[in-house]
Amino acid sequence: MNETGHDFERKIIALRRELDDVRARSLDHDPAFKDDLKQQAQKLEKAIRDIHSKLNRWQRVLLARHPQRPYTMDYIRFMITDFVELHGDRLFADDKAIVGGLGKLAHRTVVIVGHQKGRSTKENLYRNFGMANPEGYRKALRLMRLAAKYKRPVVCLIDTPGAYPGIGAEERGQAEAIARNLFEMSRLPVPIIVVVIGEGASGGALGIGVGDRLLMMENTWYSVISPEGCASILWRSAEKKEQAAEALKLTPQDLMVQGLIDEIIPEPLGGAHFDHEEAASILKRTLERVLGELGGMPPQELLDKRIEKFSRMGLFQEPNAEKEETNVG
Amino acid sequence: MEWFKKVKTGLKAQEKRPIPDGVWVKCDTCGEIIYKKELIQNLWVCAKCGFHFRIKSGDYVRILLDDGTFDELHSNITAVDSLKFRDSKKYTDRVKDAMKKTGLSEAARTGIGKVDGKSIVLGILAFDFLGGSMGSVVGEKIARATEQALRDKIPLIVVSSSGGARMQEGALSLMQMAKTSARLAQLSEASVPYISVLTHPTTGGVAASFAMLGDIIIAEPGALIGFAGPRVIEQTIGQELPEGFQRSEFLLEHGFIDVIVNRRELKPIISTLLDHLT
Repeated sequence: MNETGHDFERKIIALRRELDDVRARSLDHDPAFKDDLKQQAQKLEKAIRDIHSKLNRWQRVLLARHPQRPYTMDYIRFMITDFVELHGDRLFADDKAIVGGLGKLAHRTVVIVGHQKGRSTKENLYRNFGMANPEGYRKALRLMRLAAKYKRPVVCLIDTPGAYPGIGAEERGQAEAIARNLFEMSRLPVPIIVVVIGEGASGGALGIGVGDRLLMMENTWYSVISPEGCASILWRSAEKKEQAAEALKLTPQDLMVQGLIDEIIPEPLGGAHFDHEEAASILKRTLERVLGELGGMPPQELLDKRIEKFSRMGLFQEPNAEKEETNVG
Repeated sequence: MEWFKKVKTGLKAQEKRPIPDGVWVKCDTCGEIIYKKELIQNLWVCAKCGFHFRIKSGDYVRILLDDGTFDELHSNITAVDSLKFRDSKKYTDRVKDAMKKTGLSEAARTGIGKVDGKSIVLGILAFDFLGGSMGSVVGEKIARATEQALRDKIPLIVVSSSGGARMQEGALSLMQMAKTSARLAQLSEASVPYISVLTHPTTGGVAASFAMLGDIIIAEPGALIGFAGPRVIEQTIGQELPEGFQRSEFLLEHGFIDVIVNRRELKPIISTLLDHLT
């Protein structure tokens, strides 16, 4: 089920199988063996963590794209109760690459929106590979306005290789749709939590990515462009994607260093694709906690802090005449 | 019936003749050979076909502002190679080369000035500086210009020309889209006018943020404006794009810009709009 053809992935699959075996045996063995089995389990866990910690950035990108990873609808199924999907932007169409609706996260009603990829070719064609058209961003904005009207927090799940570059998308104002969302989301008077659950490529990701907290799942990436796109422009060959992935510094750890995200959410051992339910349960606990932190804040304070948060983003030099120092903003 | 057929004027058939530097300029569109002095007088607009040559940031200062009123701000902010980015060339070298080539410190210039006596904050993107790309510095300067407009309650005008967000600063560049848009939302709430002027080309992360958020969006004729670049779209859909696709006239037709203005009319139109809005 988890075969992707990558060496590191095959090793992890084998190790996880052994780990499951050890655990199964430990259940029906007498206490004398239990310590041995526990030790062996720890050894295997360490081996998996070792492999993961040594993956290069391109391999991390491959993990983020793993076809068995949980997508927005999977997370919704495991985290949200009483979910009602809401369709359409009330202007042109219903974009299948962005889904959204109302549902309960624990005891709170939230509006949840996210990119939706497909697993099979047929599903992917239906979902347009998670690449939204303007109507996707406009649907997301419509639902966020609904959230603001009824004072419900918003959860955005990012997982896209980019906004769709097509004729229709340009005719209907892809640039305007994304820009409008950035503009409106920065002033939406309810808490917004943004989580990258897979791929976060460029404006197509950011179009539902402005909020009070930015979180990334452990095996995801987020950058200004995909490694392939970057390679084909700067190296003039998409084949240089591995070098581009390294150069872009696009892992959650990288973004943490750049001061752009607040938290990295751990995934089940080996990656979220090994256990959707566990991944969703970790995400749910995190969201509950963060919503609790933001819930008590008056709207004006929330907005002030949101603007402040994005205003701080950026690294540059500004020689100060008075204080002879480099101001890294 | 041969004589019924439309005879294609053979632009491409013409032999390339070297043009003596500095005196004559050939129009990229109609091929007209134009006396350079005349072209400058005409603000680099071809008198024959109306083609708008790309001009420098300093030219827009001269075109839009009253003489000697431009007070440039924050020109001491410069780029940092926070990712230690290197493709065929180091990012730091690319920035140094761009500085040397243009004499500018970055791809955005901001400052205050006057349009027919009316105070405004002006931002201009310089396409000749790394394709007018937006990294941390461009984002910061546009954000500060917006803040200044808000603080002083004077209109903001931004003239864009950019290939989009700057790849060499990774996610930091991407976040500048959110940063600039958030500031503009504050400006908008305070009812301080923002006029966005789109020139050739305005695409990617700049189009998908501050460039498309003007109260009024003006475009120069024939400018390429869009989110994805034409080559990317062609590769994705596997077919050629229709003529005029993503040009100013196309955007006007589809309802995404307010008005197309010839460069020679730019200042008077902006001045009139400022009178209406302030």
